[in-house]
Amino acid sequence: MKKNNLTLYLLLAPVLLWLILLIVLPHIDLFISSFKFENDEGIMVWSLNNYLAFFEDEIYWLTFLKTAFYSIAVTALAFAITFPVAFYLSKVVSLKYSGFMTLLLLIPIWVGELVTIYGWMILLSDNGVINHFLIYIGIIDTPINMLYTDFSMTIGLVYMSMLFMIIPVMSALDSLDDNLIEAASDLGASKWMIFKQIIIPYAMPGIASGSIIVFMLIIGDYVAPNILGGKSSLWFTEQIYNEFLATFNWNEGAAFGFMLLFLSSAIIWLALKLSGQKLERVGS
Amino acid sequence: MDYILEVKALKKVFPEFTAVHKIDFFVEEGGFFSILGPSGCGKTTLLRMIAGFEEETQGDIIINSKSMKNVPPEKRPVNIVFQSLALFPMMNVEKNVAFGLQRLKLSKDEINSRVNDMLKRVGLLGYEKKNISELSGGQKQRVALARSLVLKPSILLLDEPLSALDRKLREYMKVELKVLQKELGTTFIYITHDQSEALVMSDKIAVMNKGRFEQIDTPKNLYRNPKTAFVAGFVGENNPFDIQSYENNILTMKQGWSIVKKDLQIKPTKLFMRPEAFIINPSDDIENINRIEVTIKTVLFDGSNTKLAVNVNGTTDEIKVSLPQNAQFEDLCEGDAIILAVAYDDVKCYEE
Repeated sequence: MKKNNLTLYLLLAPVLLWLILLIVLPHIDLFISSFKFENDEGIMVWSLNNYLAFFEDEIYWLTFLKTAFYSIAVTALAFAITFPVAFYLSKVVSLKYSGFMTLLLLIPIWVGELVTIYGWMILLSDNGVINHFLIYIGIIDTPINMLYTDFSMTIGLVYMSMLFMIIPVMSALDSLDDNLIEAASDLGASKWMIFKQIIIPYAMPGIASGSIIVFMLIIGDYVAPNILGGKSSLWFTEQIYNEFLATFNWNEGAAFGFMLLFLSSAIIWLALKLSGQKLERVGS
Repeated sequence: MDYILEVKALKKVFPEFTAVHKIDFFVEEGGFFSILGPSGCGKTTLLRMIAGFEEETQGDIIINSKSMKNVPPEKRPVNIVFQSLALFPMMNVEKNVAFGLQRLKLSKDEINSRVNDMLKRVGLLGYEKKNISELSGGQKQRVALARSLVLKPSILLLDEPLSALDRKLREYMKVELKVLQKELGTTFIYITHDQSEALVMSDKIAVMNKGRFEQIDTPKNLYRNPKTAFVAGFVGENNPFDIQSYENNILTMKQGWSIVKKDLQIKPTKLFMRPEAFIINPSDDIENINRIEVTIKTVLFDGSNTKLAVNVNGTTDEIKVSLPQNAQFEDLCEGDAIILAVAYDDVKCYEE
């Protein structure tokens, strides 16, 4: 018995060390330092000033609002674009091909986020592929400015997040009995009714977990807003980055980090409440 | 005669095989019509064509004198109860039953009263707010029935709905389904591979094999006078034997023993005798019967359904014989030599 316990602890050790040293302790440290503030005499004191700064300076909370709004919009867009694909792959295509086609969806992940983003830059820049094509077929005379705007940022974010939406939705749809759709149609429901009353409610746990993953990924993303959105992107993670690395105000940065964690968790909690989902069911 | 359903030269060809070969049949209004056949005989495809989920390759389906060509499932006056029941798991009992009614743009009060009536009828009053996952197998069955019947369809199609239930419940639901059908007067078309379900419930049964109907008849006729060897073998228990030759009114089996069957117009290849057609140790004065000398191999005791398995003397051919209900032959045991008698009429022969 004792020997078994030792084996168990040895097996758990790497994971526990990882969790405690790299996740729990840094969080505690940052949480403490987020309440520290350097007063006029240059002495560190306990204070709520770091958090108050978020509300007092409107650039901060406006940036957060924009980030939250775009994250929700990107989540919604990712759902709207991927749901038909998920439905097609799990219900329409024969089993023989659906595995292969799902594998194809993974390819952008193999390439990595940075390379995908550079790919989008080639497409969207002023002398990029899309502008070239539009000028070539004569729709426009001068290039449209697409890169370094909210538009290019949104495209990049949606593109990156689609996969994280499609997998949970597909797995929810996989277990949907085709007979349910047929039964609804047999009982007189139109295609739209079947979609609204049978398919969506059935896939809801998958949609919710996909949305949570995507929302969290997007609201905490740094690379795509920074590169594709350019200077005007004003993403909240960039504010945190600035506090840490531009102004070296680690206390402020820590406070902003925790604001992001609390506020995004609150948004998810609210969304789950509004859609009547339970976290336990979404997680399973 | 009014037919609620007419199926004319219906054919369904899939890329790999033909599921339904030209089938013709009619169903009378208010009847309980069963389609009985082994799995893979095409009965489900036939049902799905009537419901509108599969398109026929050829032929026509006419319901209430209207052709159903190009009519989608949601517009057909038929409803289906699936083998998997296909209840909506995210809705409670009441919402499942009301689902179809809500498409009809009825008032809330009317929907409620019709849902209530139907739940009362199937004995589920008080279960309105229960989730589907909280119900037992039999209750789910009833919700599925109520959900379809509440729409008052011209025809209710049932695709082996009892197959998921345990034996006791199945026996009970059989009777209940038949009573419900008689009460409502709705035409039922019932698909099953279980001959006892079909025999107990149906007014008429079509026996289906390899995409064709072998015989359409009342349960009694189907049992007493099967038209083909397949029907004889599939419906009810039977003792089949391969026939070697037929000369001078004498049938000789492959293993050499023979019995009398008079005036056959066909070249018989298969012979069937029901287990209950035999008389054990008949008195000498009965005429027009075959007498077969046999030896008891085993006694298969099963209460009122007790049978003897016997060997025809000098062969390995086995015959199953039902014992009479009285305890007259209770002392028969393994190894006893007896004589079986079977009337000429009870020997059914077929040409294949």
